[in-house]
Amino acid sequence: MNKPIIRLDKIVKAYGTHTVLDGLSMDVKAGEKIALIGPSGSGKTTILRILMTLESISGGTIEVDGDYLYHMKDASGALVPANEAHMHRMREKIGMVFQHFNLFPHKNVLDNVTLAPILTKGVARAEAEKRAMELLEMVGLADKARHMPAQLSGGQKQRVAIARALALSPKIMLFDEVTSALDPELVEEVLNVMRRLGEETDMTMLLVTHEMGFAHDFADRVLFFDRGRIVEEGPPDAIFRNPKEERTQNFLRKIIAAGHRV
Amino acid sequence: MEWDWEFVRQILPDLFSGLKITIIATVLGAAFAAVGGLVFAILRRSGNRAVARSASFLVEFIRGTPLLVQLYFIFYVLPDLGIRLPALLAGVIGIGLHYSTYAAEVYRSGIENVSRGQWEAAKAVNLSVRQTWVHIILPQAIPPMIPALANYLIAMFKETPLLSAITVLELMNQAKSLANSNYRYVEPMTIVGVFFLVISLISVMGVRMLEVRFAPKDDR
Ligand SMILES: Nc1ncnc2c1ncn2[C@@H]1O[C@H](COP(=O)(O)OP(=O)(O)OP(=O)(O)O)[C@@H](O)[C@H]1O
Ligand SMILES: [Mg+2]
Repeated sequence: MNKPIIRLDKIVKAYGTHTVLDGLSMDVKAGEKIALIGPSGSGKTTILRILMTLESISGGTIEVDGDYLYHMKDASGALVPANEAHMHRMREKIGMVFQHFNLFPHKNVLDNVTLAPILTKGVARAEAEKRAMELLEMVGLADKARHMPAQLSGGQKQRVAIARALALSPKIMLFDEVTSALDPELVEEVLNVMRRLGEETDMTMLLVTHEMGFAHDFADRVLFFDRGRIVEEGPPDAIFRNPKEERTQNFLRKIIAAGHRV
Repeated sequence: MEWDWEFVRQILPDLFSGLKITIIATVLGAAFAAVGGLVFAILRRSGNRAVARSASFLVEFIRGTPLLVQLYFIFYVLPDLGIRLPALLAGVIGIGLHYSTYAAEVYRSGIENVSRGQWEAAKAVNLSVRQTWVHIILPQAIPPMIPALANYLIAMFKETPLLSAITVLELMNQAKSLANSNYRYVEPMTIVGVFFLVISLISVMGVRMLEVRFAPKDDR
């Protein structure tokens, strides 16, 4: 637990003339559970999307598990933009769960989970299915293996999406507001799965959430973002019970006023 | 004018051979259009601006000119440039190319209707671009396209009489020559109309079934 598994160094991200991240640096230790909180538009999703290589970066470097994500060294040792093969290798280390699930609607639950291991790692179908059933068991959906996504509730879909991401055994998991699109009564079943993951695995997990209560119980460290910068960070108790920065205090006050439990 | 069954009996074999050519032209033209449409659709999505622009221009050009003119061009003008094609082949290319542009549009909207989230989920599970197309995008994009493509197939079938202008002996051309040599139009033309009507009606029923079968399902 000494060398960081993720290191962002002076990351710049701009959409046209709109700079979202302006030289953001941060480290994440292996196994750390990090909650990213902050007002809408502060760049939380952008950070996860950049780590999943769904967005490009405008400047800076990212290291993941000892290797550059968007760069590689050429023959002379100089840092050059990574090619697709390099990015493909790097992506194997990272999994992501989306707000809107994004299950493959034309494939049943089991195939959703087995598709990538079979295609990207050459795992034999029987073995991939065995592992998928274990994962579905873990998220409590073994009996739905042959169902189509359309037949599932939102909470069930999201649990399948978690199993799908886990099937590739990533070292790092990214969760972007994974309960925001769910009916309130379905939120807890998804959070329970994440709690178990946090307790039973040593995966590094980054989650963006508006569930402050969950962030408090789950995270080792909370980062409060505003306008693309980390305004305040620390252990959950320090951030939620005793925030130092005025912007953090204001944000939490608003969140509590909006009825969220802290 | 009286309906002459004896004459009908005489001309039916020739009309059937014309119908055979019509169907061959339709099937081959459709195959050409299916593949050509895919090529156009892919070229128009190309990251290379010049390629995408040229493809768009070509599509607009082909759509903006009448099929009959294109057929004349392929059959009567290309030989001047040293490209001499048999009539049926020229017809298949002409009609196939023309309908490629419509197919390309159907493909484009079908592909764009697959949500961005599907591309992102595929990338997040580390599928390659090719695997994403084959396993994620096309299987979702193609079924909703089928009714529209089938409609174009019927439209194309009904346009095959244009091929008679470049000497293809399809149904219409057969009927015309039978009529001209016997000075009787009513039977050949009526039979042509009935053939087209029957096949179109059956096809339309087929399309209805396809529409039900492939009705868009709402889900992510
Ligand atoms: N594709 C895009 N094009 C232009 N601007 C974008 C794009 N994606 C995000 N942005 C902008 O980047 C900023 C950060 O967005 P981001 O989605 O990271 O915020 P967020 O912290 O996740 O907010 P929320 O809590 O609402 O999800 C916003 O100002 C947003 O408008
Ligand atoms: Mg967001």
